[in-house]
Amino acid sequence: MITRINLLLLAALVVCALSLVTSRHQARKFFVDLEREQALSRAYEVEFGQLQIEQSTWAMPARIEKIGREQLHMQLPGTGRIQVLDRDRR
Amino acid sequence: MKSMRTTHSGTNATPKLPRLRAPLVFGGLLVLLLGLLGRSLYLQRIDNDFLQEQGSSRYSREIDVPAHRGRIVDRFGDPLAISTPVKAVWAWPDQVVATPDQLRALAAALEMTPAALNQKLAQGGDFVYVKKPVAPEVADRAAALKIKGVHDENEYWRYYPGGEVMSHIVGFTGDHDVGQEGLELAQQSWLGGKHGSRRVIINRRGEIVEDVKSIRAPQEGRDLALSIDSRLQYLAFREIKAAVDANKAHAGAAVMLDVKTGEVLALVNWPSYNPNNRIRVTRDKMRNRALIDTFEPGSTLKPFTIAAALDAGKVRPGSIIDTAPGTLTIGRATIHDAHREGALTVEQVIQKSSNVGAAKIALSLPAETMWQTLSATGFGATPMTGFPGEVSGRLRPAKSWRPIEQATMAFGHGISVNLVQLARAYTVFATDGELKPVSLLKVDGAIAGRPVISADTARAVRRMLEMVVLPGGTAPKAQVAGYRVAGKTGTAHKLEGRVYVDKYVSSFVGFAPASNPRLVIAVMIDEPAGGQYYGGAVAAPVFSSIMGAALRLLGVPPDAPIDNVVLPPDGADVREET
Repeated sequence: MITRINLLLLAALVVCALSLVTSRHQARKFFVDLEREQALSRAYEVEFGQLQIEQSTWAMPARIEKIGREQLHMQLPGTGRIQVLDRDRR
Repeated sequence: MKSMRTTHSGTNATPKLPRLRAPLVFGGLLVLLLGLLGRSLYLQRIDNDFLQEQGSSRYSREIDVPAHRGRIVDRFGDPLAISTPVKAVWAWPDQVVATPDQLRALAAALEMTPAALNQKLAQGGDFVYVKKPVAPEVADRAAALKIKGVHDENEYWRYYPGGEVMSHIVGFTGDHDVGQEGLELAQQSWLGGKHGSRRVIINRRGEIVEDVKSIRAPQEGRDLALSIDSRLQYLAFREIKAAVDANKAHAGAAVMLDVKTGEVLALVNWPSYNPNNRIRVTRDKMRNRALIDTFEPGSTLKPFTIAAALDAGKVRPGSIIDTAPGTLTIGRATIHDAHREGALTVEQVIQKSSNVGAAKIALSLPAETMWQTLSATGFGATPMTGFPGEVSGRLRPAKSWRPIEQATMAFGHGISVNLVQLARAYTVFATDGELKPVSLLKVDGAIAGRPVISADTARAVRRMLEMVVLPGGTAPKAQVAGYRVAGKTGTAHKLEGRVYVDKYVSSFVGFAPASNPRLVIAVMIDEPAGGQYYGGAVAAPVFSSIMGAALRLLGVPPDAPIDNVVLPPDGADVREET
């Protein structure tokens, strides 16, 4: 009787030990994945910063004004060419 | 045990020579065993640091966790300063071992000429930056050449997309990403990131497989949102730059405040500099004149004198002040008006900017009362923007005023201010008598000000300031089509040493729309030398173009008929001096 219980406990012990090994292995694998994703996210953050710089360089008011004036021939309307409409009075 | 030993010693005592060998060998082995035990105990328990370290270095590492510096953004979140990781390639010239071919390859990888590279390495010494900053990919290509003595390190490069338009406010960082000027310096503890480190376990491929512990958690720098509106800032910058050029002036500055919140929407100076390339930039160009320089404000101070008198009940807007014959002698000094007027109402004293009138009104007040009003509107105290080096200007205590000083102070001489202070003081007239706190950082919602003068006084002065830009006033050129504008000109002689010289500071401070003010703008042009120097001719047109464009950009509904601009023929401007 006692031998049987011991055998049973031994089997349980082996199963536990093996599951510990696998879960440990799993944990490490997940951790490596996590590290990789974090590195990727840092890289994206860096790229985002660079893209922001690029965007703000393209969108510099001086540049937009120059293009508006020179390429699109835009200009501010003179005082005589502005009509103000009063929303409350029809 | 004891008994066994005694038995042994008993047997040993028997004098049989061959039998002595066994105990001897046994004793020897015992000594060796004890020695080993002792040694292992020593290594395990007492002197275990070295081996522990050697062991853990086989599988664990302490690695740096980088933290970047926070961004600076404008009120809409557009970036004004961003850190981006770069590398710096450096070398120990003494230790560089490379064939000419390798050096040529290195030069090509770093996009520099072989001659320039050789020159760097020929400098000798023990440390030289070969190139910095370089893009990480470029540095990797250089590292791939595996030249002995050439190394690279990670750094952050701070980039300022706003360039010279924003440089005076934002400032810049110096070595190691530490703020050196402007808000980069003032907000260092908020912006700065702190690198962390952690101990990890690595496998044989060098991958991190487990976190052991975090030694120092990294602290990322926080973003800083300024009150600045990039579009308005650019607009003001463009106008100030053009005005300084057109008037051949020494310098110029402009400040734009939001009346409801006290936020600084624009703060510009010319000359300026590009913070991304600071080689050959002089300290002079780096000066944020609007905050760290003071000047005598001249006539832009008159409304405060009048407000003090109105508040004290000494005069009413319609009271008559006799300014004839255009001079006023106090002791040995004489005050002049730029042109003679006769009897003027208090309103007209402001409209025509009469020095004599303002002096007479000031002299009807106790010095203490006038000081009270000036001090309460923020003169003589720093505007508390938190900007490094901001100055308080000078407002001497009322007890030390002589009558002539009180009279000159009425039109802004003998007192010094900075431009932000002056713009802020005008919020008193733009609101119903409340002085708003100014902020360079974004503020959410309207901010209550501190009541300084009564609402009636504020409205009365606002009406007078509106008259200044109408025909008959000193600044018709400050008008903006479609809006009612109020403001005051200033044309002050400059002090050099202790003497007033024929150099001027032309200024204009005003707000619009007068029916419900949204913006206060102060413009200052230092030493205009293009023939014109009156505030109404030099600074008022700058105010008008900045204000007009800003109101349009912000979509503020016009409060006046569109054809309201009535400019008198050229040369018919009312002039002022001070």
